[in-house]
Amino acid sequence: MSFLNIFKSDSTRHTVMSSGHVVSESSRCVQCGICTYNCPIGIDVRAHVWRDEAVKYSECLTCGECVARCPRGVLRFAQTDLFVRRDG
Amino acid sequence: MRYVIIGAGVAGLSAVESIRSVDKVGEILMISDDPHGFYSRPGLAYYLTGELHDKALFPRTKEDYKKLNFNFLNARVTRILRSDHALLIDGKSRLVYDKLLIAVGARALPLEVPGAAGLHGVMKLDHLTDAKNLIKLAKRGKTAVVVGGGITALELTEGLHARGMHVHYLLRGDRYWSNVLDKHESQVVEGLLRAEGVTLHYKAELQEVIGKKGSVTAVMLKDGSKLQCDLLAYAVGISPCLELVNETNLAKDRGLIVNEHLQTTDPDIYAAGDVAQVFDPLTGKSALDSLWNPAREQGRVAGRNMAGRKSAYLKSAPFNVTRLAGLTTTIIGVVGRGKDEDMIGIARGDSETWRELPEAIVAQSGFEINHMRLMVGEKTLVGAIVMGDQTLSWPLQKMIAGKADISSIRDQLMKPEAPLADLLAQFWMSWRTQEAL
Repeated sequence: MSFLNIFKSDSTRHTVMSSGHVVSESSRCVQCGICTYNCPIGIDVRAHVWRDEAVKYSECLTCGECVARCPRGVLRFAQTDLFVRRDG
Repeated sequence: MRYVIIGAGVAGLSAVESIRSVDKVGEILMISDDPHGFYSRPGLAYYLTGELHDKALFPRTKEDYKKLNFNFLNARVTRILRSDHALLIDGKSRLVYDKLLIAVGARALPLEVPGAAGLHGVMKLDHLTDAKNLIKLAKRGKTAVVVGGGITALELTEGLHARGMHVHYLLRGDRYWSNVLDKHESQVVEGLLRAEGVTLHYKAELQEVIGKKGSVTAVMLKDGSKLQCDLLAYAVGISPCLELVNETNLAKDRGLIVNEHLQTTDPDIYAAGDVAQVFDPLTGKSALDSLWNPAREQGRVAGRNMAGRKSAYLKSAPFNVTRLAGLTTTIIGVVGRGKDEDMIGIARGDSETWRELPEAIVAQSGFEINHMRLMVGEKTLVGAIVMGDQTLSWPLQKMIAGKADISSIRDQLMKPEAPLADLLAQFWMSWRTQEAL
């Protein structure tokens, strides 16, 4: 297994849908708005990125539209303490 | 206290937020001759391709602006009257300021080719209005010619192609963006463009632009060939908008000179964004960037200083993310050198620092879609290009900006066929723990 997989080990779709949310790397963002434009339930993802905040809405479907469509690789799914108990 | 900001780009808006976070009561006025106010200038590329509606380019609502409590004036500042601490607006009224921020950006250099001036259908991509006009023309026309280099020329090529035009992309040299990308990377981008149906012309230089009834109909090339077209789009470089400054005696070079506090040679006048040539205390040099994030950060720092909180702007390794022919690409630190024949000066989404390549050795891995090139210095990484998979771009950005000592893996990185990604990932995991990132 490539060592690179350490970046990916906890981001399977199932895990993410049950326990993750969308986080951003705001320095990559130019506020184009593709994320907000494509969110099926109208979350202003872009505004979260500007403030460097994760998208912490229980309404978020974690459908991945914003992550997939961002042309600059700003967004990704991550597990957070909010939903998951961390060991150690 | 009255703060006046000239310019409605990201540097200007960031300054408004920053001033307001310090001074809750001072009057803030933003003035711009762009009737659209603040929108995502880089987002125009995606508006052109049809991935976005124009309304989606505006990140802020009226309510957001109300919360920030500032006023926007759609007007042109025609003079800065420094001795009076005043501005001349639209050539007639006067407006007094206490602290002034010049954040007027940069604009496309004109296409200096016989026949081009004043011809309908000869287009640039500076503003939303330009993008709207391009889309209008693309609806009516069939064939477009694009000249220039860097990110904007590619955005024009991809945008016009997405709008259904057949695009001829003319390169003066033998490859795309030769002072930032290496030969292989240029070839990857060119291959993707060709696969999409774009026609590339190498060593192709415009001789003359031909028009009929005031509209462009064809271009003549220096080799004598002729290409019929309904639209000619150009991106040959940008230049800071210095007209306002020319009549003042503020120090300027290629841009408006500012110190690390973003202050010009007048202590009450600041500058940020594409117009500013910012002194970097770490290198002792001052350079131009035309990047979104440095502009935002400069606006923030300028705003704090204007409101009386002394802060310094520390330039980090220049970094940009872009999409080249559909391929997400991150450019970090110093990656190239020399001059690109397709550009005059700096491009949009560009940093002069990218081309100040010191003695460094190249290590690269990957092929076609996922590609990585590292510029390896004596003890540190000085630059990197990551195309396709972006897993390592954030770690690389941190390691380059943080000047991580990579001596322990340097020899391994330099071996032919070295598993660069794995070596870097492993190194990153221990380095980030050490740096508590």
